Amino acid sequence: MIDVQNLTKYYDDFCAVDGISLTTQPGEILGLLGPNGAGKTTILRMLTGFFSPTSGRIRVNDLEMPKDTLKIKALMGYLPESAPLYHNMLVYDYLDYVARLKGLIRPAEKEKRFRQLSRLCGLSAIMGKPIATLSKGLKQRVGLAHAMMTDPDILILDEPTSGLDPNQIADIRDIIRGIGKEKTIIFSTHILSEAEATCDRIAIINQGKKVVDDATENLKQHARTASFIRLGVTGTDAAQATARLKQLDPELDITPAETLADTVILEIRTKDNRDIRADLYLTIKETDWVITELSLESQALEQIFQELTRGGE
Amino acid sequence: MTQIRTIAIKEFKDYFISPIAYIVIALFLIVTGWFFFSTFFIYGRADLRDFFSLLPMTFSFFIPAITMRLFAEEKNVGSYETLLTMPVSFTQIAMGKFLAATLFAAAMLLPTLSYPLFIATIGELDPGPVIGGYIGAILLAGAYCSMGIFASSLTRNQIIAFIIGCALCFFMAILDRMLFFVPQALVPVVQYLGANAHFTNISKGIIDSRDLVYFASVVFVFIFSTYMSMKEKN
Repeated sequence: MIDVQNLTKYYDDFCAVDGISLTTQPGEILGLLGPNGAGKTTILRMLTGFFSPTSGRIRVNDLEMPKDTLKIKALMGYLPESAPLYHNMLVYDYLDYVARLKGLIRPAEKEKRFRQLSRLCGLSAIMGKPIATLSKGLKQRVGLAHAMMTDPDILILDEPTSGLDPNQIADIRDIIRGIGKEKTIIFSTHILSEAEATCDRIAIINQGKKVVDDATENLKQHARTASFIRLGVTGTDAAQATARLKQLDPELDITPAETLADTVILEIRTKDNRDIRADLYLTIKETDWVITELSLESQALEQIFQELTRGGE
Repeated sequence: MTQIRTIAIKEFKDYFISPIAYIVIALFLIVTGWFFFSTFFIYGRADLRDFFSLLPMTFSFFIPAITMRLFAEEKNVGSYETLLTMPVSFTQIAMGKFLAATLFAAAMLLPTLSYPLFIATIGELDPGPVIGGYIGAILLAGAYCSMGIFASSLTRNQIIAFIIGCALCFFMAILDRMLFFVPQALVPVVQYLGANAHFTNISKGIIDSRDLVYFASVVFVFIFSTYMSMKEKN
């Protein structure tokens, strides 16, 4: 569907995007994840033809930029960050303008599409209001309706949920998931849980480079395997406890995490990610220590993200 | 073509949604009305020559005020990004905005039609120069609009767009009064480049193809420059 090879963009001397390659399949939701200033918006702007890349190739189906830019634009719907709209227009007039520019001219078709969109994006109550009076969340919905006007095969959304309240975020995510069943969606975010909840595949971008590109499931799997056991005991100290537990398996990696009052908390990692909670219990049962906590913790996706994106600093 | 029309209609309506249109039109009428009628009864001539002869000057301040927002505002608000990612070409955008501005300038001239109607009731008015004058005024407005749009495409600040636009238009208006400073060999060229001579010809009622070609070329050059400026920034 979309095939991007070695996309690079320089702003004067500053390299914003450095040799990024991405491909998407129809019906896939791809999340571009990265800290602020990682180059997500620049990538999306190049995909939509707003910026021309310094070098690299963008192909959509059989079309190639910049030769077929207009045809590619016709296949795409784009919601820029903070949905910039014409403030002096009414919502209906704005959508009408967009429909005309996108070639949706026949009145019957247009009205039908408007009805669908206003149901999908919850616009029916605000159709007659000036855009300037809308709240940020409502503007975002109008922007989304704009992007979806001609029912495009590809939707590109730049931080679609930024600045919205939790209910609105949930609404927008539902909409994205709903349309993502048939369409290709690329969206950027710096919120990990959002990407995790919505995307089929996540590409993590840092300082213009792609550091990870994998299915969300695989990333979660990776996070799960990088797990450790959190053990809290009272009646002993960290050194003594470590020595005792090492008898169980000398290869255990035991690090004292913190000491709360008289409770010692240890993080225990095994070489092959075994769940040794039962063995730990049996070992401690032989002593007079008391277990206050014994849990299997998985390294959160959050932490993987931080490790990957802090590497360059 | 539908794209150009859609953009033109939207921009034209935009003028009347905000108060800019009414302010600009009112000021234009006050200024031209004052300059025209302050001497009209002294000379006692039933023609509009004084009105038209001032237009290249007055337009060079009013037209940039009309065109300054066309690109600068969109860039400032960010809607330029949405516009450019819709399936419309740079040329269509520039043409649509150009047509809207020219149409607005025509709307601004519309109330001044009352002058010839009024004069015709009190004296013998020769319709030729009046019709020619209005055709010339529209052509002149078109040329200035293309310059103003070019100025607006250069920046995201409306005030800068206005000042650059004024400078360009004013320069075109006074070019043939600067011949004094120009080397003898270049005088015919510079004279041809100035807008005044061409406008004066038409407003005498002589519609010469050379003048039409001149205005068409100015519009072409500046729309093309706008196109280049959009491409450059992209």
